[in-house]
Amino acid sequence: MSSTYVYVTYIRTAPENLWQALTSPEFQKQYWFGMHQESSWQAGADWKLCFSDGRVADAGKVLEIDPPRRLVLEWKNQFRPEMKEEGPTRCIYELEPVDDAVKLTITHTSPREKSKVIEAVSGGWPKVLSSLKSLLETGRPMPAIHKPA
Amino acid sequence: MSMDAVFKALSDPSRRQLLDRLHDHNGQTLNDLCSGLEMTRQAVTKHLAILEAANLVATRKQGREKLHFINPVPINDIAERWIGKFERGRLKALAELKRNLEREEP
Repeated sequence: MSSTYVYVTYIRTAPENLWQALTSPEFQKQYWFGMHQESSWQAGADWKLCFSDGRVADAGKVLEIDPPRRLVLEWKNQFRPEMKEEGPTRCIYELEPVDDAVKLTITHTSPREKSKVIEAVSGGWPKVLSSLKSLLETGRPMPAIHKPA
Repeated sequence: MSMDAVFKALSDPSRRQLLDRLHDHNGQTLNDLCSGLEMTRQAVTKHLAILEAANLVATRKQGREKLHFINPVPINDIAERWIGKFERGRLKALAELKRNLEREEP
């Protein structure tokens, strides 16, 4: 029995704009509570999510990448021992044009039942996605009042 | 994806009960969701369709099964729209307090 959460949001933008927002560190800092990701964004490349002070929160590899449609990341927690020992989770981004918007589906899965990593990120994803939607649709991110766990 | 659809979907206690069940155990089939409920299978199907149309429930195929997941993003959008504004006011007040206190220091 695995742990899976699915997050879906519809954002009125073009798939290319959303893809850029998902993969550009400068963009990420505006909606990911100051955090950003580093990667060359090629299949097999390293990937990491960093706090604003540079510490690494999560890291892994780019497993699949097909801009602007699909991105699959191996996602391992790096800063909490009890979560780090759980090993890798998998995060799938899917972008699908729907009318004048893009349906963004994020599926975050761990092979473990009651995964602490999946539980921990479940508090962050809705906030990150609300802020991303706000930024792309209005040009303003949500204020960074909620720090991720 | 309108906020009206979200509020309408949430206005029904049976649909809130289905969301609570998904919150307790995410990724259930229709059969899983029906077990132990007073509702008929048809009613559950109808409620799930309304929840899915409001983007409160997302589905994924896994083999031959269709799994249902609670999608918290629209509810978070609502929270940000109203509750977030209160927190912003509180933070602004704190920032002003800090500025005033620091100004009084020698």
